[in-house]
Amino acid sequence: LEDHLTGQRDYDLLVIGGGSGGLACAKEAAQLGRKVAVVDYVEPSPQGTRWGLGGTCVNVGCIPKKLMHQAALLGGLIQDAPHYGWEVAQPVPHDWRKMAEAVQNHVKSLNWGHRVQLQDRKVKYFNIKASFVDEHTVCGVAKGGKEILLSADHIIIATGGRPRYPTHIEGALEYGITSDDIFWLKESPGKTLVVGASYVALECAGFLTGIGLDTTVMIRSIPLRGFDQQMSSMVIEHMASHGTQFLRGCAPSRVRRLPDGHLQVTWEDCTTGKEDTGTFDTVLWAIGRVPDTRSLNLEKAGVDTSPDTQKILVDSREGTSVPHIYAIGDVVEGRPELTPTAIMAGRLLVQRLFGGSSDLMDYDNVPTTVFTPLEYGCVGLSEEEAVARHGQEHVEVYHAHYKPLEFTVAGRDASQCYVKMVCLREPPQLVLGLHFLGPNAGEVTQGFALGIKCGASYAQVMRTVGIHPTCSEEVVKLRISKRSGLDPTVTGC
Amino acid sequence: VEQSPPQSPGPGKAGDAPNRRSGHVRGARVLSPPGRRARLSSPGPSSSSEAREELRRRLRGLIERSRVMIFSKSYCPHSTRVKELFSSLGVECNVLELDQVDDGAKVQEVLSEITNQKTVPNVFVNKVHVGGCDQTFQAYQSGLLQKLLQEDSAYDYDLIIVGGGSGGLSCAKEAAILGKKVMVLDFVVPSPQGTSWGLGGTCVNVGCIPKKLMHQAALLGQALCDSRKFGWEYNQQVKHNWETMTKAIQNHISSLNWGYRLSLREKAVAYVNSYGEFVEHHKIKATNKKGQETYYTAAQFVIATGERPRYLGIQGDKEYCITSDDLFSLPYCPGKTLVVGASYVALECAGFLAGFGLDVTVMVRSILLRGFDQEMAEKVGSYMEQHGVKFLRKFIPVMIQQLEKGSPGKLKVLAKSTEGTETIEGVYNTVLLAIGRDSCTRKMGLEKIGVKINEKSGKIPVNDVEQTSVPYVYAVGDVSEGKPELTPVAIQSGKLLARRLFGASLEKIYHTLFWPLEWTVAGRENNTCYAKIICNKLDHDRVIGFHILGPNAGEVTQGFVAAMKCGLTKQLLDDTIGIHPTCGEVFTTLEITKSSGLDITQKGCG
Repeated sequence: LEDHLTGQRDYDLLVIGGGSGGLACAKEAAQLGRKVAVVDYVEPSPQGTRWGLGGTCVNVGCIPKKLMHQAALLGGLIQDAPHYGWEVAQPVPHDWRKMAEAVQNHVKSLNWGHRVQLQDRKVKYFNIKASFVDEHTVCGVAKGGKEILLSADHIIIATGGRPRYPTHIEGALEYGITSDDIFWLKESPGKTLVVGASYVALECAGFLTGIGLDTTVMIRSIPLRGFDQQMSSMVIEHMASHGTQFLRGCAPSRVRRLPDGHLQVTWEDCTTGKEDTGTFDTVLWAIGRVPDTRSLNLEKAGVDTSPDTQKILVDSREGTSVPHIYAIGDVVEGRPELTPTAIMAGRLLVQRLFGGSSDLMDYDNVPTTVFTPLEYGCVGLSEEEAVARHGQEHVEVYHAHYKPLEFTVAGRDASQCYVKMVCLREPPQLVLGLHFLGPNAGEVTQGFALGIKCGASYAQVMRTVGIHPTCSEEVVKLRISKRSGLDPTVTGC
Repeated sequence: VEQSPPQSPGPGKAGDAPNRRSGHVRGARVLSPPGRRARLSSPGPSSSSEAREELRRRLRGLIERSRVMIFSKSYCPHSTRVKELFSSLGVECNVLELDQVDDGAKVQEVLSEITNQKTVPNVFVNKVHVGGCDQTFQAYQSGLLQKLLQEDSAYDYDLIIVGGGSGGLSCAKEAAILGKKVMVLDFVVPSPQGTSWGLGGTCVNVGCIPKKLMHQAALLGQALCDSRKFGWEYNQQVKHNWETMTKAIQNHISSLNWGYRLSLREKAVAYVNSYGEFVEHHKIKATNKKGQETYYTAAQFVIATGERPRYLGIQGDKEYCITSDDLFSLPYCPGKTLVVGASYVALECAGFLAGFGLDVTVMVRSILLRGFDQEMAEKVGSYMEQHGVKFLRKFIPVMIQQLEKGSPGKLKVLAKSTEGTETIEGVYNTVLLAIGRDSCTRKMGLEKIGVKINEKSGKIPVNDVEQTSVPYVYAVGDVSEGKPELTPVAIQSGKLLARRLFGASLEKIYHTLFWPLEWTVAGRENNTCYAKIICNKLDHDRVIGFHILGPNAGEVTQGFVAAMKCGLTKQLLDDTIGIHPTCGEVFTTLEITKSSGLDITQKGCG
């Protein structure tokens, strides 16, 4: 406290949370010559899973998710291979342990990389659980229970979120796992029930199906809320036609362990009220995420949170209700829960704090991709949102069903390969949103996200020469509007 | 005959205003029937871009309806010479004196957009842009002018396209959509190894499509290796079967060939599987497989014959080597392969062959991927080297000998250093030449009608509107000089060319908003149905006369107009380098899409 009175604080910047956003802040500030500390602590999941530095993305999110998705894609390619002359005896079995070990090794190497990077930049790293003492001071508790006080001029909260468990379902916490656990399982989850309709739910169900597991998704209402609903239902259609089972309009009511070790799940059909049961090896909850704010003692510092979501309230400059305390990433109310936005918001924030910059983070037109078996990339507005904002009469939607060249020889079904561009109807038809369903959707969407950021119009997109033969050239060949009612199936080359 | 008084160009006095709207067409009335006046006048345009579009449309009209149209200046001696020439031939001309109309300067600008010629006189005969004074006299001396003066309807076709590849087909389909009578001549001369294929050109048959599929096959090989690390379990050594792959790919190509034929038939484009050779002006000889000859005439021609792989010109090359023309349908696995060349074709082929597990060597004379960023090119090379492709740098083959026949056989390749006297020998099952491509222009009678080619490259020089040295002959795609050799470029330029050539119909889409007037002018049967639909739209959008008030019709027309002239075109030109300058045409398809759009599905690819 004396330090505080004399104005001598330990650090220029203290970052709470060593995930993508927090680490980006710390590195940026160190680069600008500031004295920086990062505190990070992973509270083990109810199933006891824990991991290293780097946050959700690296440990229990994007990275392992995409690698397991890749494993599933490779399964599809193995089936394609004989069509292309490769003599592989089918079926090819999959070994979970081998995949999981490879994925986990990669994640561990990333944990290590993050630590080295902090060291290189002279950022002090504490593996402690932090809570506020006052508005400039944080108390950290290490694994052994040892406490340490850290003070800083500026504090950035970037603690992210954790999967939500259902609160009123018997056996949910005891027997269920979440995305915090799935990537760290040593043994195959076996027959799995995924509960939820979020992208996490669909992605997990997708790769589990893809590596040959019997997988069921239970969805109470609509899939991929907030995403374009036409695209979302096509994602589901594709998954259903590739072996994922769906229980729509159902909600689980209890989970029990049977004497043979299997889990018996009871659910209710929300329309008929009828009960049904099924047995599974694994139940995965993917019903949403909660911000990691409860243990922070935010009230000691005076940081306001939303009473509904417990997320931290910030202004456009990422500032909280306390002038020198900021928050970025998934812990913040109303922000997209995406790694790159957290990173960019963090960097820009630090540049404003220490670099004399005044650039604000622009949260519009943030692109993202859902890595379901058929990938869904999108940027900008969904069709529904565009219509809601501009009115049906002022929106023109161009769309096409296409067939990736690679699918032809392999005899793959391309019914759900689809692209649509949502534009203003008035010339020059500003592009409001792009939605792409097909292979490599992330790679396809990235470039167009730049275009939309630059204010691309439909006309300009149409004047872009395609790269032949690719899937992304379908975007620059969109000629059929929904309004015309014409068949949007691409024929010929 | 009315004679308009000379007027100073540029903005006139306030008193001129009522006349100025139609003032710029006065000169055209010199030899016009009086009835034409009504069609040429219209309410004043409401913006400069609309005005410009309106002007363009009117100039089109003049060119379309005049047997001879001369844009001239009254004081210009060259213009006078041209007028005297036609007068001496007893041919009636429509003359617009640009110095005697208010918007002469604008007319000249728009003309230069259409023709790429900035000067007067600017002469059109039966819709064909002949050029200036010198070109007109040259055409007269060569007999071309007399030919052009013949009636349009005397020809069998409005347009004959030589070459049924990506560019040719897109041009043919677009011209047919615009109501023209179109023929496509396509004939694949078998490669020295005897390979031939169906309709669709290089991209579909021996280019992008099979290339990418074989590339995909190679990627799958890599994926199979990867998949073990991702937990997929199989222990056997996975072999690649060339025949299975090739058959699958060829099946896919056959379905594409069939699709192209179907889409030509749907659009009533005549397709003739014959070799085209010009015999005289406007006349082409088509020779089929059996050697039967048929002659066809057309008002205009498009050459889209593309290119074929080059041979080395050394002993044994045509007898024993293959090219990309042969590789994709090779009935047997090529085995140990020498790829000669460092073009993207060479590296792509070497890449997928190595991906199948074949022993592959690339012989490079100088640098990799000429024209591409060299740092990137070298990285491509290093990656390939790390993945098993061998490179022999700075060597060229001098002789190919057959050691053994077979499928594949055995070939001995003798090569010499480009830097010294060193020679090396190697034995391969297959030698694939990928040293470049030559245009197919030498044996098609171009010299008979005076189409100039670059003697060295064989390519056809064209101006910005794809026109060759002979005004009614155009060239698109790989055969035209100085254009990127890429499928989408050929498709786009073929389509745009058709729209420029038969742009009357395109402007009808614009006109359809002025439907009652256009209906009187038209007399072009194919648009009847189309016009009606747009008429309905006009009603719905509360449009009266020439003005657009309703939001829907406004969007359609404005989009077109805006794209042609306003910020958008400018924006595009500002934003994008190297895109074709006459870009407004792209919006026609957009317009069709927005209305009931009957034609759009028929357009199919591209």
